[in-house]
Amino acid sequence: MPPPPDLAEIDAPTRTVRAPTMHDSAVRHVCGTAVYVDDIREPEGMLHAAVGGATVAHGRIKRLGLDAVRAAPGVVLVLTAADIPGRNDCSPVMGDDPIFAGGVVEFRGQVLFAVVAETRDAARRAVRLAEIEIDAEPPLVTVDQALAAESRILPDYTFRKGDSAAALAAAPNRHAGTLRIGGQEHFYLEGQVALAVPGEDEMLVHSSTQHPSELQHTIARMLKLPQAAVTVEVRRMGGAFGGKETQAGQWAAIAALAARLTGRPCKLRLDRDDDMIMTGKRHDFRADYQIAFDNDGRIQGYDVCLASRCGYSADLSGSINDRAMFHADNAYYLPAATILSKRMKTHTVSNTAFRGFGGPQGMLAIERAIDAIAWTLGRDPLDVRKRNLYGNGRDMTPYGMRVTDNILPEMIDALERSSDYRARRRTVAAFNADSPLLKRGLALTPVKFGISFTNTFLNQAGALVHVYQDGTVHLNHSGTEMGQGLFIKVAQVVAEEFGIDLDRVQITATTTGKVPNTSATAASSGSDLNGMAAQAAARAIKARLTDFAAAEFDVPAEQISFRDNQVFAGNTAIPFPDLVHKAYRGQVSLSSTGFYRTPRIHWDAKTATGRPFFYFAYGAACSEVTVDITTGEMKVERIDILHDVGRSLNPAIDIGQIEGGFVQGMGWLTAEELVFDAEGRLLTHAPSTYKVPCASDVPADLRIALFDGPNREETIYRSKAVGEPPLMLAISVFAAIADALHSLSPGKSVPLNAPATPESILHSVKELARA
Amino acid sequence: MRLRDGALTLTLLDYLRLTERATGTKEGCAEGDCGACTVVLRRSVGGGFVYQPVNACILLAGQADGADVITVEDLADGATLHPVQQAMVEQHGSQCGFCTPGFIMALFALYHAQRDAPLDRAAVNDWIAGNLCRCTGYRPIVDAALASCGGVATDRFATQEAEAARALAAIDGEDDVFAGSDERFFAAPASIPALAALYAKHPDAVLVGGATDVGLWITKQFHELAKIIWLGRVRGLDAIDDVADAITFGATASHEAAIPHLAAIDPDLGELMRRFAGKQIRSVGTIGGNIANGSPIGDTPPALIALGATLALQKGDVVRRIPLEDFFLAYGKQDRTASEFVRAVQVPKLKVDERFRCYKISKRFDQDISAVMGAFKVTLAGARIAAARIAFGGMAATPKRALAAEAALAGADLGDAGSWQAALAALADDFSPITDQRASADYRRDVVRALLRKALMETAGAATHRTRVVGIRETADAAAS
Repeated sequence: MPPPPDLAEIDAPTRTVRAPTMHDSAVRHVCGTAVYVDDIREPEGMLHAAVGGATVAHGRIKRLGLDAVRAAPGVVLVLTAADIPGRNDCSPVMGDDPIFAGGVVEFRGQVLFAVVAETRDAARRAVRLAEIEIDAEPPLVTVDQALAAESRILPDYTFRKGDSAAALAAAPNRHAGTLRIGGQEHFYLEGQVALAVPGEDEMLVHSSTQHPSELQHTIARMLKLPQAAVTVEVRRMGGAFGGKETQAGQWAAIAALAARLTGRPCKLRLDRDDDMIMTGKRHDFRADYQIAFDNDGRIQGYDVCLASRCGYSADLSGSINDRAMFHADNAYYLPAATILSKRMKTHTVSNTAFRGFGGPQGMLAIERAIDAIAWTLGRDPLDVRKRNLYGNGRDMTPYGMRVTDNILPEMIDALERSSDYRARRRTVAAFNADSPLLKRGLALTPVKFGISFTNTFLNQAGALVHVYQDGTVHLNHSGTEMGQGLFIKVAQVVAEEFGIDLDRVQITATTTGKVPNTSATAASSGSDLNGMAAQAAARAIKARLTDFAAAEFDVPAEQISFRDNQVFAGNTAIPFPDLVHKAYRGQVSLSSTGFYRTPRIHWDAKTATGRPFFYFAYGAACSEVTVDITTGEMKVERIDILHDVGRSLNPAIDIGQIEGGFVQGMGWLTAEELVFDAEGRLLTHAPSTYKVPCASDVPADLRIALFDGPNREETIYRSKAVGEPPLMLAISVFAAIADALHSLSPGKSVPLNAPATPESILHSVKELARA
Repeated sequence: MRLRDGALTLTLLDYLRLTERATGTKEGCAEGDCGACTVVLRRSVGGGFVYQPVNACILLAGQADGADVITVEDLADGATLHPVQQAMVEQHGSQCGFCTPGFIMALFALYHAQRDAPLDRAAVNDWIAGNLCRCTGYRPIVDAALASCGGVATDRFATQEAEAARALAAIDGEDDVFAGSDERFFAAPASIPALAALYAKHPDAVLVGGATDVGLWITKQFHELAKIIWLGRVRGLDAIDDVADAITFGATASHEAAIPHLAAIDPDLGELMRRFAGKQIRSVGTIGGNIANGSPIGDTPPALIALGATLALQKGDVVRRIPLEDFFLAYGKQDRTASEFVRAVQVPKLKVDERFRCYKISKRFDQDISAVMGAFKVTLAGARIAAARIAFGGMAATPKRALAAEAALAGADLGDAGSWQAALAALADDFSPITDQRASADYRRDVVRALLRKALMETAGAATHRTRVVGIRETADAAAS
């Protein structure tokens, strides 16, 4: 149990923290002066790289004919695996992602070579001149094909709690089902890009990456350079969503290789179609589940097999599938459970991190199982959900961690009231009774999302703070800015600490040269980790300034305080810059690092037990939809959201994360469909064919509220992580569609798969009519 | 700017980013589908100005001829933000910021748009349908638009219009434009006879309307287009002649310009053209281009075929007219001879006893390519169907009429759904659709039946708020009255 929160500390007034401050780059964004990697003024003599990919999904390279490529106008160099001085690998963990594929190709579009040319156009045109001959072998494209072939990329993994087989055998009611869950393309608006600038024996790489340290290590390994000779820098990304955690590495590596071999700067920016074909996506899943329940709808046992399409290599699939397992319970107490994860190898692009990191897929399966209980018993699904929430004496997860901070019962009650759920349930039923073509659906679903990297050692962060003689503060930390507002939140923390205005804090680009050995900005952990690290750095300097001021003004240190750009020492007030200048002349160090590691978490992978999460973030959403059962078209009518961010560091930023995450999740579950053909060719590789939500997909009636309550754990100002959890609020839309279809055949289970495109919906309508 | 040899297929975006080094305008997709590259072309039209939002990524630099190119860098006045910029900041309308310049420029065009109706959320959604944002979920952007647009423009672009008009007038002219050589050129003839003559001389030239398709040949397929004839300067080719019983659209009439005329024929047509594409594409995409292109999934041909439109083709000074459906011979093959160009399409208006419905089925409602697009015109004799014209897109290699279903529908009783069955069944004889990334063949077959039934139910009197989830006609009717 966490110690009881110190309410005086939690409720202490703040000046900068908790204000709905605008994004630090907001003005630059609207003026077009925010610089992304492709906007950096190009260094003299810069070259451009473009990549060429495999023309089949699986096979052995017979011939890679590059003579015409080399001879093309403007071409300076053509790179293949043979040109790499060190290790030909850009994988995060397993060593199985070649920068350039050699003998074997394992997905269509896998990079075989790169062209380095004087212009982007020359490089891209030359790529098309390659003569590639590959002895094709039949590819495994789908999860089902991989299951049939028992093609695994990593071993199976199981969580067991109690005896679920016995529970299933003994239960009065059982339901078994299969749910297919599609993947998702990140569609960050800024595609993958890197610019490498060679130095004497060093390399500086500007990359749009969530993980500068990993790129640094990859490039050092590839070039046989010490890590200390490689610096990776990123000021901001134009969106990432997990898609630039490992997937930025290959392009940075190729640019660095070209820069090393030519001695000239080199930029590689992927064309959008190449980006969509060549970089990993959210994992598709097939979930086969059995659920046992009593006549009140209370779950007695749950068995689920979560099989995912990992693609040709491991990438982060181990942790992603782990997180699917960690969220197979979502918010519900499972007295007995067997959660089996199968990580399948296919001849498709290697799937990767995407906001939620497997969690959404694990949750979606049990939400469908809960709906099936309600359908079987003829209950309102909300009542079944409420009946199964974690609670007193029912707090042990399938992985041995107790849920001690559960606020969902009160959140759901509040949302049930504010969304007018019960009255709308009746309205929906009345509408459906009298509407042959259109059906309405309503669903209220909860989210419980575990916060921390489940690889415990990753939960660390560093910061570097300098105070200059004019009282301005240089802030640097290990987190990267991808639009989520991390930089402004951390700056708010530092400004608060020094009692100075936010504009006195200079936000600077993330670089491995200032803060080393960083974790990816991922797992929603950015402000939890970096906020604490930066606060520690600021506090170290502040402590020195306090001691200096105490001596200077001859007052006890307890009587020194920092606020309103001043330092108060007893009855004396001195402007912050003046004190800083005095301290400089008094030979006080005005620079400090800061470090933070998340306390009290641990995980034993062998026994599959531990406390992998520092805390949980919670939320609930109620969605109403209308479905045309003759065409499968669907419209979202209204959304109500209540979400838990603890005590918000910045409510404006947090609401932005909630809305944006929700809409992205809605896209995943409705319109965004990745279509591969039988040969493993991705057919939806551009926004013309892959449809992310646009403005009209968001209902006008959108009601979002923050749940007011501090984090019970000691996080930065008692806030909670917000990046990923809201995405899963969109499960309410998917459940509402299923609810609408359920009105066609009450009592029957709705065989709706995700994404619920018009075709998927119409298919379910036909299946229901057939059953 | 001046087009030089070798840069004839330069896109406006590459010109801005690579030549001018003005990097505020972003490339998101290079195919006109995300709007990150949106800039505004300000043109002098009939004594006033139009502010066209366009996708710079697939616009040939030459298409900016005669226009004032306004980009995101131009909006702020020193440290003072433009009202749309200020509203976006206040509403927290940016997160990663990469799509933001495009949204700012779309909103800037909206700020200057002449509007008949007050600005509401739906109108803003339509206006930004061609801009994708992956971070915000759009709500704050729409709020920023509602806070800053819809009133009278008072920014410095409005106050300095006289000056801008003089500057544009100075570069305006009636001359044919020809840059390059006889082997490689970008030409912009100024009259229909000049176009006919130039095309006769260069039958291998590519005719470019809005370049919303041709732009992709360049950015994605690396086609070497040696000879380009841009139609945007041809006076009179964009004329819209709206008379008592028909409307004639000149080939280069933009979709945006056509919308009110088509919506007046039937609200479904207006909604179809609205959903056809976002504002950027509609602003430059042409009615003639959507036909001449010959795509089996273009949305205008099925609708116009159902209405009984006639296509006018011109070669030299000879104009021939054919029923629109006869233009589409096979996949990628149209009834157009060398040096012949689409001159106009004539669309008959509905007669008192005629009813029209059309539906677009796609994964996303706005700015998506149809899986199936269906258009239905029925001629009534009391409660009986005297005749029907039905056409579909996405069901065959060309836009195609459902002749068997049309025949089976003749004589059916609107009040007796049983009498529709033969027509519904006949659709199976009319089409053998394919499976692709947009939909399966099975789904397409199911949907055409659903759409015909829906059209008949609605024609028989069913209110559309009970038959469809978008494009509710009662709302359009209420707005019109």
